[in-house]
Amino acid sequence: MFIIDCPYCGERDQTEFTCHGEAHIARPSNPNEVSDEEWGRYLFFRNNPKGIHFERWTHDHGCRRWFNVMRDTVSDKILKTYKMGESRPEVNE
Amino acid sequence: MSNQNRTMYGGRVDRSKTINFVFNGKKYKGFQGDTLASALLANDVHLIGRSFKYHRARGILTAGSEEPNAIVQLGVGARTEPNIRATEIELYDGLEAASQNCWPSVKFDIGGLNNILSRLFPAGFYYKTFKWPPSLWLLYEHFIRKAAGLGKSPIAKNPDRYEQKFHHCDALVVGGGITGLVSALALGRAKCEVLIVDENPVLGGYILDTNSTINGKSCNKYIKSIIDELQSMNNVTVLTRTTATGYYDYNYLTALQKVTNHWKELSKTVPRERFWRIRAKKVILAQGAFERPLVFSDNDRPGIMMVSAARKYLNSYGVLPGKSITLFTNNDHAYSTAFEFNNKGAKVKIIDTRDNLSLELEDRCRKNSIQVFKSHSVISTKGSKKINEIEIQKVDIEKNELTGEIIKISTDCLIMSGGWNPAVQLLSQSRGKLRYDEILNTFVPEFSPQDLKVVGCNNGKFDLTENLNDAFTAGIDTAAELGKNSVDKVTWEGNEDISFTQAQIEPYALGKKEVTKGSKHFVDFQNDVTASDIFLAQREGYISVEHTKRYTTTGMGTDQGKTSNVNALALMSHIHEKPVDQIGHTTFRPPYVPQTIGAIAGRSVDHLFDPIRKTAIHEWHEKNGAEYEDVGQWKRPHYYPRGKEDLHKAVNRECLSVRNSLGILDASTLGKIDLQGPDTAKFLNMIYTNAWSKLEIGSCRYGLMCNEHGMIFDDGVTSRIGENHYHMTTTTGGAARVMSWLEEFLQTEWLDMRVFCTSVTEQWSVMSISGPNSRKLLSKLTDIDLSKDAFPFMKFRNGKVCGVDARVFRISFTGELSYEINVPSRYGLYVWSELMKHGKEFDITPYGTEAMHVLRAEKGYIIVGQDTDGSVTPQDMNLDWLVSKKKEDFLGKRSHTRPDTLREDRKKFVGLLVNDKKTVLPEGSHIVEEAKSQPPMKMIGHVTSSYYSPICGYPIALAMIKNGHNRLGEEVEIPLMNGKIVKATITDTVFYDKEGTKNNE
Ligand SMILES: [Zn+2]
Repeated sequence: MFIIDCPYCGERDQTEFTCHGEAHIARPSNPNEVSDEEWGRYLFFRNNPKGIHFERWTHDHGCRRWFNVMRDTVSDKILKTYKMGESRPEVNE
Repeated sequence: MSNQNRTMYGGRVDRSKTINFVFNGKKYKGFQGDTLASALLANDVHLIGRSFKYHRARGILTAGSEEPNAIVQLGVGARTEPNIRATEIELYDGLEAASQNCWPSVKFDIGGLNNILSRLFPAGFYYKTFKWPPSLWLLYEHFIRKAAGLGKSPIAKNPDRYEQKFHHCDALVVGGGITGLVSALALGRAKCEVLIVDENPVLGGYILDTNSTINGKSCNKYIKSIIDELQSMNNVTVLTRTTATGYYDYNYLTALQKVTNHWKELSKTVPRERFWRIRAKKVILAQGAFERPLVFSDNDRPGIMMVSAARKYLNSYGVLPGKSITLFTNNDHAYSTAFEFNNKGAKVKIIDTRDNLSLELEDRCRKNSIQVFKSHSVISTKGSKKINEIEIQKVDIEKNELTGEIIKISTDCLIMSGGWNPAVQLLSQSRGKLRYDEILNTFVPEFSPQDLKVVGCNNGKFDLTENLNDAFTAGIDTAAELGKNSVDKVTWEGNEDISFTQAQIEPYALGKKEVTKGSKHFVDFQNDVTASDIFLAQREGYISVEHTKRYTTTGMGTDQGKTSNVNALALMSHIHEKPVDQIGHTTFRPPYVPQTIGAIAGRSVDHLFDPIRKTAIHEWHEKNGAEYEDVGQWKRPHYYPRGKEDLHKAVNRECLSVRNSLGILDASTLGKIDLQGPDTAKFLNMIYTNAWSKLEIGSCRYGLMCNEHGMIFDDGVTSRIGENHYHMTTTTGGAARVMSWLEEFLQTEWLDMRVFCTSVTEQWSVMSISGPNSRKLLSKLTDIDLSKDAFPFMKFRNGKVCGVDARVFRISFTGELSYEINVPSRYGLYVWSELMKHGKEFDITPYGTEAMHVLRAEKGYIIVGQDTDGSVTPQDMNLDWLVSKKKEDFLGKRSHTRPDTLREDRKKFVGLLVNDKKTVLPEGSHIVEEAKSQPPMKMIGHVTSSYYSPICGYPIALAMIKNGHNRLGEEVEIPLMNGKIVKATITDTVFYDKEGTKNNE
């Protein structure tokens, strides 16, 4: 059970949040022009890394804001939380 | 004779307080402070139950939470509980317990035949029989069902109350033995908020049963002074009878506190158990260790127990479990107990697997006239209800063989010690790593990613002085890490009679050939797993530890292998001739001990299980006899029976009232979202499939929402209230989902859009009046001009209804002239009552969700989630007209041209009329072109909605059928569960008022 540092509210228990899978998947700006394959990638393809993962969470039972989480899927340590629109943090190997 | 096995004095039971209890229907007496196990042993009851698979007689192996054998059915009636460890049950007056797994009685057990038939139950038995063909399984089923399962569940509802508590602390100390207490002392002195939990009713742990000294004082006295100091600190919380059961990420631990389990009466004020959810900044694990059994032939008889258990029964409870004791050991530590028994007048013999003993031990044994058989092993035991004889033989360690003459020894109690295993379960749960220690021959903690420290025996250390100092230092260091006060260092000195230093591994491997013979060398007592089962699993290829565990069931069950795991691994190591650390170990998972479902549920039972949502008009529904349907958390009137009407009759009447005169529906549960901001129209254009730019103020529009896969996920009517102000409605069940969907895109994709969404579902009461007389009724009660031209279909108007500010929407889900009257919730009941009063002249009829479903189906209006299932597009539902061709983009648009969504043979939404005009098809029925006498048949679709239509006079149905839009008029067949085959014809989806004029009147 994580403790998640909501960028808007601070540290809260995981039960207040929902995870929504991989972050930084931009919706194609020109859906009509992308190929079936490109559109399929946007819809269906997700990373499932052993290690650093960037994912979207919402603070449902709190501020209801969406934000991003950088989590190590091996240790489940949350390395960083950051607001939507902020760029993906560097990964230091 | 009662308490015949009690010593004359000694122990910590209160001999002035006699307690009466019943075991297997027979009355006994024990003392305050006894456990059920100690009281039974005191009364010379050794046969406690029958084993799980072979129904062998079993007694008491341990004196704690690791007990695999002595598990009983505790209590009677609604409060009865199965699988409770007799070694942990505190005796209370009137306690009733019974053996498990035996019929007709523990002494004469029919299932014991399994023991004789044990060749039928090898490792992997279940996997070998749970196989095709089913006929083989049927053969075994009866037999297995009778034999399987531990104990009985209560049939009646549990009257006990359970509670949960959230707790935050600086440091949690798990284990109230000496090391845990010393760590807590340091933390407490440093002014940390400390929680210390221990599963026993008494703090102090194992050392209480020894004559050890701490800093020159008797350990009992010293421990009392520590406890007194801890209890004087208001920053320290001490919980006894509390077992830490789970260790999760970020130092989140759960603990089960037995609050009143040991009370005779059901408490009205205090819960039976309290489930703690603990978030600790730091954790110190001080759980101690479990003594491990030795594996030898017939090592499971009543009267065979662990050395540490015998020591506890003697010293804590003043009970001698036998008069002629044999000790079987591979380590020095166990000798202390032999000397203690000898002092109490028991005859003691020692069988030691090792060939050289320290001179000191040799000397002490000689002085106490204790005979020691060195390099010997127990090779068999005898006695049907209790052990009465053992056979021993010399071991040639080099050759791994038994040699020489077999010696018979009479004994009524065999105590064994194979060394100690640290209680690494919680550490393992914390994703910790274990290391195999070659000297102790067991797994010890190595590392954990959690913020914890391990101290004492739990850390694989058994020297008292070292452990005391480590524990105190761990406390000081933890406090320093937390930035707390510094504490004066204390130099600790402990003295134990004989401390545990090492154990041999050889005994497991004794008689390599022998373990495959007929006699049973038990590795896992609770699951009846023998050494030969482990051998068999290896032979059959289940050589990974996880496979061996599941194939043999070693380490499963209510004790989760606390006594068996390391022995099983050692045996595997022996078989594969590989070191144990290369064999590995299974992962421990929560809970550490069984926990009641009641405690996990806490107060979330009965009416607190899930919130119930009621509309503002609910009180009226109650008074008028509504039957309810649960829609999510909402209670919605399903129908309103009059007199003795059943559902069918009531719904027919309600439907016809709407069609012929006037009905009223409480539609308050519809999801409602208030949307404001300059970009709202642009936003709606992206969210809905149709176009919203040109919607005028005062107009309403029906829309479909698709997800990015192009599949319908909600629908509803949205109206333009003002320039930048819209009122969106959603399905009742989809309200929260839609709200989240809107927020997702506003917060993650279109951050520049200025739109604000507010859920207003509960702010508005919604009454839908529907039927040809609805205008006549409303005109009596409103100042709004209701004329067809002033207020046409799909418009909304502000005005007063019954003197209350209202928004009235001219929209219809029945196909009749309808008005949806929205008033602030606090006026809902009043306006509804007024409508009922003034509607009398039109015989206004309240209708429920069932009639609503029929009425909308007659018109072919879809219900998202009933007619759609998340895999259908608007095109599939024949709703192409709702999909804009002009819009550049909207959510789901691109997916509507994926090859899969364009497939010809997709299931399409159609109507279905049964040819017999009588049968109401079951919803969900499969539709085939041609029914056959048995599957397989080619499926072409399924029925999504099906009702009797009172206005049509025959049943109607809606269905999804492959390529259905091109098959109108074709005949299909629906095979029913009862074997009947119904013929039906594919139609369009509108069954009533096909021209759609009634809406517009
Ligand atoms: Zn927040």
